[in-house]
Amino acid sequence: MWTWFYKLASPPYVYGVAAALIPWLLGTAALAIGYGLIAGLGIAPPDYQQGEAFRMIYVHVPSAILSVTVYTIMALASAVALIWRIKVGHAVAAASAPIGASFTLLTLVTGSLWGRPMWGTYWAWDPRLTSELILLFLYVGVMSLRSAFEDPSRGDRAAALLAVVGVVNVPIVHFSVVWWNSLHQGATIVTLEGPKMPGSMLWPLLSMWLGFMLFYGAVLCIRVQGEVLNRERQSAWVQEAIKS
Amino acid sequence: MSDFWSMGGYARYVWPCFGFAGIVLAWNLWAARRSLSAARRRAARALAMAASEGAS
Repeated sequence: MWTWFYKLASPPYVYGVAAALIPWLLGTAALAIGYGLIAGLGIAPPDYQQGEAFRMIYVHVPSAILSVTVYTIMALASAVALIWRIKVGHAVAAASAPIGASFTLLTLVTGSLWGRPMWGTYWAWDPRLTSELILLFLYVGVMSLRSAFEDPSRGDRAAALLAVVGVVNVPIVHFSVVWWNSLHQGATIVTLEGPKMPGSMLWPLLSMWLGFMLFYGAVLCIRVQGEVLNRERQSAWVQEAIKS
Repeated sequence: MSDFWSMGGYARYVWPCFGFAGIVLAWNLWAARRSLSAARRRAARALAMAASEGAS
């Protein structure tokens, strides 16, 4: 277990593993998203209340789950980097921030498109919507803080600190629909009674969720390679790595 | 088929929703590849500079 942990902290090892994983992650992501699109748009029946409009779930929910998952991964990587002074942690955090920010924006935009026909408004200062907007600001804050310092390692540490502190917003996003009165509906998939939708609606959703996660993995691997190179320019292994 | 595209009257919400998702996925791939090739160029330049300093 510990040797694996040490290996993961080694920049050349991470660079190589990331490069090897990219085609597999992209390929499986394409399959999962492809099936999710065909089954979600073409096979799943319309919802008894929302009609065809419910199909926005196949983008909105996977994107929303990803927005908080990526933040959590970014905060964990930042904590690891701060506690054990592991550079790869900063690289993973720096690589995750723009991906997470883009999916948070996607969540807000698709939610807004869904809100208009169902709630009669594109936007409301609702607990779920507001905490998701704060999540976007946190991502943007982490990215700007990293680039605000002339010394990149100070930027890394400042951004890591903000990422770790900001993680308090993650449970707020998740439980906002339980703690406060919200326009937003509550949990549909993970409930004590099991999923509240039939398989023909659920499978495409799970497939889209898996596809989005794999896609994040692929983009993370591409970005991590760049972030590792930026932090390791002086190392001997870089010479070999960029020749290939 | 036109039933499919009209999405029960919700076409102007459903299709932009999927369209924007496509844009976000494509942007992620494009931007990540661009940042990796920029990092490779910077690393190559740093190596070239170190080599020329070593030679002089």
